[in-house]
Amino acid sequence: MKDWNYRLAEQRGLILAIAVFTAMFAFYIAKHPAGLTANVATTAANKGVLLALVGMAQTIPVVTSGLDLSVGMVFVLANCVASKIMTGSPLATAFGALAVLAVGILCGAINGAVVVYGRLQPIIATLATGTIYYGLALALRPAPGGDINTDFADAVSGSLPGGIPASLVLLVGVVAVVWIPYRRSVLGRAAYAVGSSEQAAYMSGVPIATAKFLAYVLAGLFAAIAGLLLTCITYSGEASAAIGGSYTLNSIAAVVIGGTSLFGGSGGAIGSIFGAFVLRTIGDLLFVFDMDALWQPLFLGAVLLVAVSLGSFRLLRIKNRLELYR
Amino acid sequence: MDDMRVAPLFRMEGVSKRYGGVRALEDARLDCSRGRIHAVLGENGAGKSTLIKIMAGVVQPDSGTMQLAGRPVVFRNPAAATAAGIVCIFQELSLLPDLTVADNIAIANPPRRYGLIDRRAQRRLAEAALARAGAEDIHPLAPVKDLPLSRRQMVEIAKALAQDPKILILDEATSALTAADVAKVFAVLKQLREDGLAIVYISHRMHEIAELADDCTVYRNGGFVATFAAGTKSDEAIVEMIIGREYKSVFPPKPAAKPLGPPALAITELSWAGQLKSISLAIRPGEVVGLGGLDGQGQRELLLALFGVLVGVTGKVEVGGKPVAVASPRAAKANAVGMALIPEDRKTEGLMLPMSVRDNLSFAALERFQQFGLIDRQREAAEIGEVIKLLQIRCDGTDGPVAALSGGNQQKIVIGKWLMTKPEIILLNDPTRGIDVGTKQELYQLLRRLADQGAAILFYSTDYDELIGCCDRVLVLYDGAIARVLEGGEITERNLVASALNLPAAHRHGVPLASVAQAPA
Repeated sequence: MKDWNYRLAEQRGLILAIAVFTAMFAFYIAKHPAGLTANVATTAANKGVLLALVGMAQTIPVVTSGLDLSVGMVFVLANCVASKIMTGSPLATAFGALAVLAVGILCGAINGAVVVYGRLQPIIATLATGTIYYGLALALRPAPGGDINTDFADAVSGSLPGGIPASLVLLVGVVAVVWIPYRRSVLGRAAYAVGSSEQAAYMSGVPIATAKFLAYVLAGLFAAIAGLLLTCITYSGEASAAIGGSYTLNSIAAVVIGGTSLFGGSGGAIGSIFGAFVLRTIGDLLFVFDMDALWQPLFLGAVLLVAVSLGSFRLLRIKNRLELYR
Repeated sequence: MDDMRVAPLFRMEGVSKRYGGVRALEDARLDCSRGRIHAVLGENGAGKSTLIKIMAGVVQPDSGTMQLAGRPVVFRNPAAATAAGIVCIFQELSLLPDLTVADNIAIANPPRRYGLIDRRAQRRLAEAALARAGAEDIHPLAPVKDLPLSRRQMVEIAKALAQDPKILILDEATSALTAADVAKVFAVLKQLREDGLAIVYISHRMHEIAELADDCTVYRNGGFVATFAAGTKSDEAIVEMIIGREYKSVFPPKPAAKPLGPPALAITELSWAGQLKSISLAIRPGEVVGLGGLDGQGQRELLLALFGVLVGVTGKVEVGGKPVAVASPRAAKANAVGMALIPEDRKTEGLMLPMSVRDNLSFAALERFQQFGLIDRQREAAEIGEVIKLLQIRCDGTDGPVAALSGGNQQKIVIGKWLMTKPEIILLNDPTRGIDVGTKQELYQLLRRLADQGAAILFYSTDYDELIGCCDRVLVLYDGAIARVLEGGEITERNLVASALNLPAAHRHGVPLASVAQAPA
């Protein structure tokens, strides 16, 4: 019984994000003229999974009490690279996909090296590297365009028999194959330890440098997977600073809505997935209510503010003001 | 008893360390043998911390050698020392606040299956370690940040034991513990000694050393003074070795006459959140009133309630005869109230560690130095100089960061910061935790001097000797209420312990402490 209390308390942010998303999505489907068809589900899933992947990418640096401002740019770079090399035979496409992931890992490794071994503040280091990645994307694809193996693209961005969106399966696969093993590995634990108290982690003999480095590498990998998915959805590449920037900022919002503290040490990527879904559903809700798209940023901002305030309600019940500052 | 023919398990020779131009340790020596508890004694700044940091791989010595089981060793980081079997429980807690107790206990080397952390095995390991430390009351899934300080310290001990050390170093490991926990930890340490561990024990509490130590080594000013078998020297002789000057009574004499006049602080029926129950007390100017009892009976909360930190406090508070409503520390330090609180944890609540000595000292009183909205730096510097002289703070100018000072000097800065606000009511929350004999002595004298100058002092301490030596009156708290008021000659160790456990107190010179302390479980 007591065990359950502790486990629930640990997952409070995640549970809240799931609840909010479920309520919003149910409302959206109820209001939608077509209801829950395979098409509606796939469109919603594709948009949601894109941000969910970038949100997952952001989560891990945040857990170490860092920040990765380059995730959006890695996402855009991966999109541009994919639109160049993922064409031709199935084998060539597969190698192309691996190359795109390798680009993401390399970008992440550069971030990690600069933060860990260069000892720069993550926020400024990744701002700089992100701009470089965007420059590379622009050099690679000065104008939008390119191509991708359409069989592959349709398989990833379409729906499976039974109407299940393929992108959702991809997301579940990433969680199962990368996130869950990582969360339960020593280096995953070390990331939380570093975010909680880097000094104490060092004194406990935790592999700090490796943990931080890996956090940025995984961020690069997740962002590249998202870039791959974007290419499959749009069949093209575009070096857009606006897309990169908005994904970076929204990824931070998704992380916070998902219950991960920006101070580090708590939370997790699954929360960020639902945080991303919540953000995306807000836009959809405006659509079914026939609101002018011009209002979207205003509502998005208001809802974001309300959502992050939910986490502060416990502060009203605090009886010892010292706890406010811990 | 002292068998020198057996080679020690660990030997350190000729070890020196300098930080910039400051000598932290010179030609240090230490031998540790299996099955013995070796106490290392010295004031803060004597080099003990540097010594054990070198042993634990936290800092690297400039010169000298270390041998483990006859072979030379070099520890480049804490992980290397841990791998060699040297585990240190540091004074500054090394726990990860956001992680659970079990995660923390297993952090150095979590049990794994197929490369991933095995949470069930980790749970068993944590439960076993907590049981070994005698702290079964702590839930392995509780986040460490939700535990009070004394419980965290027990987790720290359990964490060390889980690493199966050959040499265990305890640096002031009992300073945050309750008397009951200290007894448990002592029993654990004695068992570990039976099991053949070498234990290095650092404490400022003489009676702890008398109870535990087999060997003692004294350090002073970064240099080795002597190693001797425990029990071969008197307490007075040891203290003289530690402070390097003649030992006088630690506590200043108490005034014979009770101060008269109206109370400076009077509270009536103060209650809060079920943790403070109808507390009434009055302190006159010139009085030092102690708060006693087991740890966690509401003493800290009472001080925080008075200082305006707690929300929803009921009851009446009068300062100088006038009712006041103190809603924040800012209101508490205002002239109309004139309160100061020396907090429990100087590193988080007392100091801005990276900021300079000057900035830290003048923070609380900054408004007094204001002139046309700017800070009058000359007046500020003059008053800071006075406080540094008054408290004999040893610092290299006032521009260096407070983090670079020793624990005792840091604590003096916290006190100095509040003295600069010219408080009339001084609340102290266990202010001598982890500071050395010499500084403690200075602090006791300062308290009495402040009282003589008309301050009303409310003083919480977990150290019974302090309550006995410093206080005119002691309120013993039990479960958030005043269980008993001890006055004058009634303030004895026996009475303090008995009232803390809410037993009927005997009169004056009672039976020895040991027979009481062991009776209730």
